Amino acid sequence: MTSPLFPRIDAAAMASLLPFLVFVVGGLLVLLVDALAGKRRLPWAWIAAPVPVVALLAAAVRLGAVSGLTPRPTAFGGQFVEDAFGLYVTVVIALATLSAVVLSDVFLRRMDRYRGDYFALLLFSAGGMCLFSSSTELLSLFLGLELLSIPVYILSGFFRRSLESVEAAMKYFLLGAFSSALFLLGGALVYAGTGSTDLAVALRGGFQPGASGLVLAGGLLLLTGFLFKTAAVPFHMWTPDVYEGAPTAVTAFMAAAVKAAAFGALARALVVAGPSGVPTAAAGFLWWVAVLTMTVGNLAALGQQNIKRMLAYSSIAHAGYMMVGLAVFAATGARELLAAVLFYLLGYALMNLGAFAVVILWGGEKEEHLEISDLAGMGWKSPTAAVALALFMISLAGIPPTGGFFGKYLLFRGAVTQGFVPLVVIAVLNSAVSVYYYFRVLVALYMRPATRPMEYAPSVAAGAVIALCALGVLVLGILPDGLVPGMPSSLIGLVREAVAAVR
Amino acid sequence: MGYSYAPLLFVVGFALVIPVAFVLLSTRLGPRRPNPVKTEPYESGIVPIPAPERKFQVRFYLVAVSFLLFDVEIVFLFPWAVRFRSLGWFGFGAMLIFLAVLVLGLIYEWRKGALEWR
Repeated sequence: MTSPLFPRIDAAAMASLLPFLVFVVGGLLVLLVDALAGKRRLPWAWIAAPVPVVALLAAAVRLGAVSGLTPRPTAFGGQFVEDAFGLYVTVVIALATLSAVVLSDVFLRRMDRYRGDYFALLLFSAGGMCLFSSSTELLSLFLGLELLSIPVYILSGFFRRSLESVEAAMKYFLLGAFSSALFLLGGALVYAGTGSTDLAVALRGGFQPGASGLVLAGGLLLLTGFLFKTAAVPFHMWTPDVYEGAPTAVTAFMAAAVKAAAFGALARALVVAGPSGVPTAAAGFLWWVAVLTMTVGNLAALGQQNIKRMLAYSSIAHAGYMMVGLAVFAATGARELLAAVLFYLLGYALMNLGAFAVVILWGGEKEEHLEISDLAGMGWKSPTAAVALALFMISLAGIPPTGGFFGKYLLFRGAVTQGFVPLVVIAVLNSAVSVYYYFRVLVALYMRPATRPMEYAPSVAAGAVIALCALGVLVLGILPDGLVPGMPSSLIGLVREAVAAVR
Repeated sequence: MGYSYAPLLFVVGFALVIPVAFVLLSTRLGPRRPNPVKTEPYESGIVPIPAPERKFQVRFYLVAVSFLLFDVEIVFLFPWAVRFRSLGWFGFGAMLIFLAVLVLGLIYEWRKGALEWR
């Protein structure tokens, strides 16, 4: 079958979707075991955890296989492309999924909702993210978007007896469905204007002088869909409520994995559209989105008392920093900025997962309402986790020697080199503002007397996630060039190669 | 173009003519002796008195979702059946995987008790 209607589906095409297949088949198996187990309680996290591990290994193996390969292996008639860029994002997604599975184990046991379908949904969503970040075609992009979104809607409302959880799920679902509809409409308009659903053909050709307004309108609607998933202003309204109401393990998954997939897909769309494909209007729009997202996120985070809500606004602010990279790329086509965004994504995922892991470790039955003031004295009661939390806060604030610092450094330096000085000045001012609310956590940890020390159950699993995230944040901050300088496996070299690979 | 749309047009025309003809003929030819029972709205034998905004069982929703699943399955099965020979083993394998995933869904539904009307 080689007709365009039936693209060749062979072992090579399947292999290029390997991480996706691992996630989806793993999810199906977990679902099957769940169905056959009946009422029995199985160690679900142990059943589900090998799946992201295998996906991680698969992505690493494929990363070696596609490195330096031209042309890029494509699958299913060019709907998906397998390149170092997509595989790097897949690695971040798999890491976040693994952490989310382990954290969910701790969290769900405590909340007494330890069920198999939860883990299957996590894995399905991760599969959707792999599709989303490796699609080069509008329909498969939409497929990935839905496959990643729908399980997360369900997961946000997984505690269906908790009003906050149900509210979060309802808000996320309604707004998410709306933004998906806009995305689909944008795709339809682009198709109507260009006659192609292939991103490269549609967006590159569509913005030539004299092209119809349909494509411009469609492109902006597509952008709306991406901005919603990255929680960029003005499409951020859902973020605080959903992050606060959703089960904390799901919030960690959303903050790390969903964001990585959305930024990966948006960055790929911008690259594929090419400097000629992104009209000046859209680049200017992204500039404003970056400025607003940073500023609104940081200013709103200042007044938050609830830790999850503070981290939600902080995630909006960080989306703004990454948007700086995308805005500069959209205007100038400098790929250095995209490499910085990829670097930032990994650091951001690690520090957020770590921070949420500490929240899960310390949170009791009422952990939805963990306030910053509740942390008083925890620096002495639980010293190791407190040091890790302090490290994550320092990293989120962008202070060396952490991954957060190096991510910001790469982003802002790249933007300055491209002549975007006002944008970087705004970003640095925002960073300075953010130090206030991140350090409030440190002040609570170490400088406030413990009025009502929290009781918590030690957990090896949560401790392992915290330790690994802390280690990762430190390694990214101290040795961003990798453990051995000059090795081809250095992270900065890897992200540069990954970005160069996108066609 | 090996296709002709004439048969389709014929079917559409037929579908328009037949019901219109039936309604016209029955109003023209049928005897008309109304009584209260006959003028009530007909609802497959159920008394049509209760208020319309009744609560209904949430289980109907599960049935609807199951129906939708298998309806979509048929949508994919028909074109495959039509082109069975030319799609060959490739098509057979693809449909087998597709059906396996659906059967998995059915097993899940069954084991979780979604098919029991309690």
